[in-house]
Amino acid sequence: MSRADVCVVACAEAFRGDGEILAAGIGGAVTVLGARLARLTFEPDLLTHDGGCLLTGDVPALGETPQVVEGWLPFRDHLWLVLNGRRHVMLGASQIDRFGNTNISCIGDWARPRAQLLGVRGAPGNTRCDPTSYWIPRHSPRVFVPRVDMVSGLGTDRGAFELRRVVTDLAVLDLGGPDGTMRLVSVHPGVSVADVVAATGFELDVPGDVPQTRRPSPDELRLLDEVLDPRGLRGREVPERAA
Amino acid sequence: MTAEEVAGRIRSGMTVGIGGWGSRRKPMALVGALLRTPVRDLTLVSYGGPDVGMLCAAGKVRRVVAPFVTLDSIPLEPHFRRARQSGTVEFTEYDEGMFMFGLLAAAHRLPFLPTRAGLGSDVMRVNPHLRTVRSPYGDGEELVAVPALTLDVALVHLNRADRRGNAQYLGPDPYLDDLYAKAAASAYVSCERLVDTGDLLKAGPVQSLLISRSLVAGVVEAPGGAGFTSCEPDYGRDEELQRRYAETPWEEFHEQG
Repeated sequence: MSRADVCVVACAEAFRGDGEILAAGIGGAVTVLGARLARLTFEPDLLTHDGGCLLTGDVPALGETPQVVEGWLPFRDHLWLVLNGRRHVMLGASQIDRFGNTNISCIGDWARPRAQLLGVRGAPGNTRCDPTSYWIPRHSPRVFVPRVDMVSGLGTDRGAFELRRVVTDLAVLDLGGPDGTMRLVSVHPGVSVADVVAATGFELDVPGDVPQTRRPSPDELRLLDEVLDPRGLRGREVPERAA
Repeated sequence: MTAEEVAGRIRSGMTVGIGGWGSRRKPMALVGALLRTPVRDLTLVSYGGPDVGMLCAAGKVRRVVAPFVTLDSIPLEPHFRRARQSGTVEFTEYDEGMFMFGLLAAAHRLPFLPTRAGLGSDVMRVNPHLRTVRSPYGDGEELVAVPALTLDVALVHLNRADRRGNAQYLGPDPYLDDLYAKAAASAYVSCERLVDTGDLLKAGPVQSLLISRSLVAGVVEAPGGAGFTSCEPDYGRDEELQRRYAETPWEEFHEQG
């Protein structure tokens, strides 16, 4: 079991209970694997896509073409789906604050940024209209900041529809703290609460008893190794961290 | 028409919508011709890719209206980044869905369309001209009024077209190309191959005929005309050329043609 396996399972858990909606992993291999693993195990009604415009009838390995197509979702329909709300997206973020406001647009002053990033993309609409989760592969004070430079995705203080989970390479968090602030839900095996607090650049709500993130089951590990990611791409996104 | 003739119709200060999405099916032959004109001060409306990057690098752009600018497999567009970081272009930053509603409004000759996308985000802060409207119905919900993205010119690239401007996509995604055409005073289509009208349905079903000639002011046959961006199923993205584009100083890349 690797740290990456734990992260994929934690991402999959974010989709638990979603039923027959699109589980859209956008922010990297781990999010896509999380959606597909959830569908292959405890959430079989989920819809998943191929990263392009196909809804897949089967659940192919990362980077492989689906053998069965069950629907068509070109970009314009993706934009429809965002407003319609039958979608739970797992996004990335360059910055996130204690209310779950996120930034993928630029670093520094928007008028003359120090670093131009992607632009807000669909984050404002996603977070206003749909359940949204985040995957942050490098939990650090550079990402977990007191204030984001440009609010792309809405936090709980700005009218977010529902922020479900924030999964990182260290821990699982949610927005269940006082006034909708970020709360530590669990720490991954080998990670201490102090590690997470030290890697977070704002005050984190830490309950008295913080459990360990669920370990992958043997069946989940087999699905990851043999079916979904035989080339081990998840390990490139989440290298093992020195403790 | 030729690509040069299309470029010759574009004047300094115009608002130009460019179809495709990121680094996918961009009308690069038309963009290339535009680069060779003396035109300046353009407003570009685009789900941005190298079209935006190149025109920024060449000093043709006053304003970019976009929800993102990306090369897809290379996430950050280097020339757009440089233009933003050096403050040489103005930027109207929209959410992806807002942006589509701007095109939809223009296509329907409406002044605006309401949406929830964008509310609460800093898009409203950095675009202080944006207004909200309150639903006149019982819900009374406050919504953002996305102004119409009315275009002087639209440039799109599709797989097939006939000489009159009926244009067909054969790949899996139409992107928003028909909306650009409908939002523009004049739309120009480049295509991989010109075919006789009677042959259009040999390549794809009737619903692949995305754009009607009634919307199109000119057609250019430009094989490879989306390169290095993708134009499925005719070709995928030329990742090596795209990497060279991203890593080479603009003047050098441009001179190599």
